Amino acid sequence: MWAYILKRLLMMIPILFGLSVIVFAMMALIPGDPATAILGSYATPENVARLNRQLGLDQSLPRQYLTWLGNLLQGDMGRSYSLNRPVAEEVFGRFGATLILAGASLILASIFGLVGGIAAAVRQFGWTDRIVTFLVLIGISTPSFWLGLLFIMLFAVQLQWLPASGMYAIYGGGGPLDLVRHLAMPAVTLAIVATAVIARLTRTSMLEVLRQDYIRTARAKGVSERGVIYRHAFKAALVAVIPVIGIQAGFVLGGAVYIETVFQWPGIGRMLVQAISTRDLLLVQGGVLVVAASYVVFNLLADVAQTIVDPRLR
Amino acid sequence: MVSLALPGRARKARGGRPSSFQLLLANRLSAAGLVMLLAILVLALVTPLLPLPDPNATEPAQRLLRPGAEGHLLGTDELGRDLLSRLLFGTRISILVGLSATLIAALVGSLIGLISGYAGGRIDGVLMRGIDLVMAFPYILLALGIVAVLGPGLLNALYAIAIVNIPFFARNIRGITLGLSRREFVDAARLSGASHPVILFGDVLPSVLPVIVVTMSTTVGWMILETAGLSFLGLGAQPPQADLGSMLGEGRKLLFTAPHVSVIPGLMIFALVMSINLVGDGVRDVLDPRLKSGALAAPGAATAVKREAVPLAESTKAVLDVTGLKTEFRIGERVYKAVGGVDLTLKPGERVGLVGESGCGKSVTALSLLRLVPTPPGTITGGRVLVEGRDQLAAREDELRGLRGGKVAYVFQDPLTTLHPLFTVGQQIAEAVRAHQKVSKREAEKQALKLLHKVQIPSAKARFNAYPHEMSGGMRQRVCIAMALANAPELIIADEPTTALDVTVQAQVLKLMRELSEAQGSAVLFITHDFGVVSELCDRVAVMYAGRIVEIGRTREVLKDPAHPYTRKLIDCVPILGQPERRLDAIEGLPPAADRLPHGCAFADRCPHVELACREGDIALMQVAESRKARCIKPLAGEVG
Repeated sequence: MWAYILKRLLMMIPILFGLSVIVFAMMALIPGDPATAILGSYATPENVARLNRQLGLDQSLPRQYLTWLGNLLQGDMGRSYSLNRPVAEEVFGRFGATLILAGASLILASIFGLVGGIAAAVRQFGWTDRIVTFLVLIGISTPSFWLGLLFIMLFAVQLQWLPASGMYAIYGGGGPLDLVRHLAMPAVTLAIVATAVIARLTRTSMLEVLRQDYIRTARAKGVSERGVIYRHAFKAALVAVIPVIGIQAGFVLGGAVYIETVFQWPGIGRMLVQAISTRDLLLVQGGVLVVAASYVVFNLLADVAQTIVDPRLR
Repeated sequence: MVSLALPGRARKARGGRPSSFQLLLANRLSAAGLVMLLAILVLALVTPLLPLPDPNATEPAQRLLRPGAEGHLLGTDELGRDLLSRLLFGTRISILVGLSATLIAALVGSLIGLISGYAGGRIDGVLMRGIDLVMAFPYILLALGIVAVLGPGLLNALYAIAIVNIPFFARNIRGITLGLSRREFVDAARLSGASHPVILFGDVLPSVLPVIVVTMSTTVGWMILETAGLSFLGLGAQPPQADLGSMLGEGRKLLFTAPHVSVIPGLMIFALVMSINLVGDGVRDVLDPRLKSGALAAPGAATAVKREAVPLAESTKAVLDVTGLKTEFRIGERVYKAVGGVDLTLKPGERVGLVGESGCGKSVTALSLLRLVPTPPGTITGGRVLVEGRDQLAAREDELRGLRGGKVAYVFQDPLTTLHPLFTVGQQIAEAVRAHQKVSKREAEKQALKLLHKVQIPSAKARFNAYPHEMSGGMRQRVCIAMALANAPELIIADEPTTALDVTVQAQVLKLMRELSEAQGSAVLFITHDFGVVSELCDRVAVMYAGRIVEIGRTREVLKDPAHPYTRKLIDCVPILGQPERRLDAIEGLPPAADRLPHGCAFADRCPHVELACREGDIALMQVAESRKARCIKPLAGEVG
């Protein structure tokens, strides 16, 4: 078990290395001269040359990468010119907010997705099954950014139950209760698609498992139907569902970009959108890198969870 | 289990196979989606021909009109532009962008997949590592990164969405291609000297095409949604150009004053994506039935029972008393009569073998006894099964649960698939104990360990915490037997328990079963196709053919002097050591299909002694000697014949 986790941790290294190469290459491949892009087209050639030297752009690409990687490992992601502060500071300052939003969504999606999928599978062809199947279809077809707007209109404007935006109230805010009130709408909105995907897969894999010989064995030895479904079938179905929850972590982290924009959540996603509009590429680079790395960690956790459930993988 | 034809094949045999399009329409939801999608597509196509105002013509005096305003069916936006016109033109752009992105992703992704799967080796390795890397990024984040590099704009958003979707195509197509390029027709093409591109695009591509279409139909809605999303963020379509996403994004600022400006385009995206997904699901089900999600029914807790008449019950001392048991499988319009009226009685402690070829209904008989035949498609349509004098076909589900693993226990064929792979064998045995005895977890585990000793598993204590996959086949079957013994059953139903085992292990397991049944006084119903096993273990033997018992009697007598021609043939098939000249003819012909049983004797077509009378009507199981019955009008042995 521990050996497996260690092996899996070591396997992260090439993935993270690959990520860093891609993120670096993205910036290196930008058409045109970055220094000119930063300084504007009226910059003097001397200034451009000096900035190029400062950024290390007169070096060869591999050399530039190594320098960049070295800085990165020391926590230096460069300086954001639009905010005029270190990229690392800005990115990690916002990372917590994104993690809270994405984490809450993933938890909601897992709970409702699993429950919905099991309920549908157990009553296959019945009304519960039809309703769940239909809700899944609606879930994967709804633009989350639009749904967020509808929620704001309903719960913030009409009913005035929940705040429309932000993470904490500006006056007298703070505390976990305030956070939950602000988190409710964005987390639910972000969870919709993931819930639908998890529910659909849970249903399929439950139905698949319920046809297996070992389920017949469980029934043949007199295990109650509840035990058959929740202990025997669910555990086996979970093996197929866990990796999908891991993948959904990626969709939730990415989808946070929309939701943070709609609900003005102070996370990395909203920062990225602003950074792209202001062409603050170092900020984009830092944000993408940190979120992508956290996705790698999410996948690692999913792998480990799968190994705990399924002894055959150890 | 009886072998069953696939429902699709059955339908094909019945009369022309319905076309793919007909199948798609047969799915009501998909048909509705298709209608909706066609309506939207037609509307988008004819938009330039409609008498609509210019979508970009501003008219500040008419700003923010509500839907239903005169001359502006859906109202106007903050610059006084007509929303209906903008909506329809925006829909055109969104569809075009989504389709283009899908095409690019499909083209590039499929190409990568084809090459990777066909070339294999190092090329495959490099390409797939690249794909893995792309997939290591959160989906939308990578698209954002690409837009950041290329700069905001509709075309760049399109490229970004196309690139992040390439892996889906590459992976799916690679998997299929990998399988195909090992197939004979590809080898044949290679040997005939065809060049790689010719094989790849001439032979492999046509077989892969359905998968490409399926992947496209299931991703196009998603891509429309995502390009709209990038436009919503202001990274896609730039003013004055507008797609549905950017309309929604611009309307967001007016959410509190004029919600219709953002609600309407959002509704359109939803309708468009929903209809595409409905059609996509339908297309997938038609073209790639393997992927059809949960289409096959999962069996319930107990077989459905639909009996017209229940035979009268007499109280007997038998552990098991079966009369006229009938089980059918209904698949489509076909009815497979797997068990067609079985009578069988087991006295306490008696061991009876139930023998027959595969497909004769012996396993279905065994499973029917405690209603373990999957419903659907199985239904018990007649007879009664008395266990300790009570008809369990009329029992409630909780009574049935009390019998299962309590008074009556099962041992199944393949111990690898019949044990739960994710629980230790100890847990599984302890669970069987606790299903019927009110004992603590610790006490149940103690009993489970004793049971492991009882079935002679070496170092039982260590094996207690082993998982099934860590044990050998013989050990696993011992675990299954231990599980069956957990509650000292009066009857053990063993469904080919040794078939999946090596010959030496078979002998050990048989010996164990005999010793245990003798020691405990449990009756055993032993289902097998092997007469050797029967002679080892059983007091009596019943021979099944086409769903019915054709001969029953004491094992030694039946083996020595079979009365039914079928039994004779079966025994002739058994090889005997030291008699190499013995003819091992398989019986000529095939058993009748369970959905087309002949009138009269089911064995008539293969029987060497067949007469006209054999086909005339139903033949009863007749007494041919003391304690011997056969379903034959001209039995080969016995006092009557």
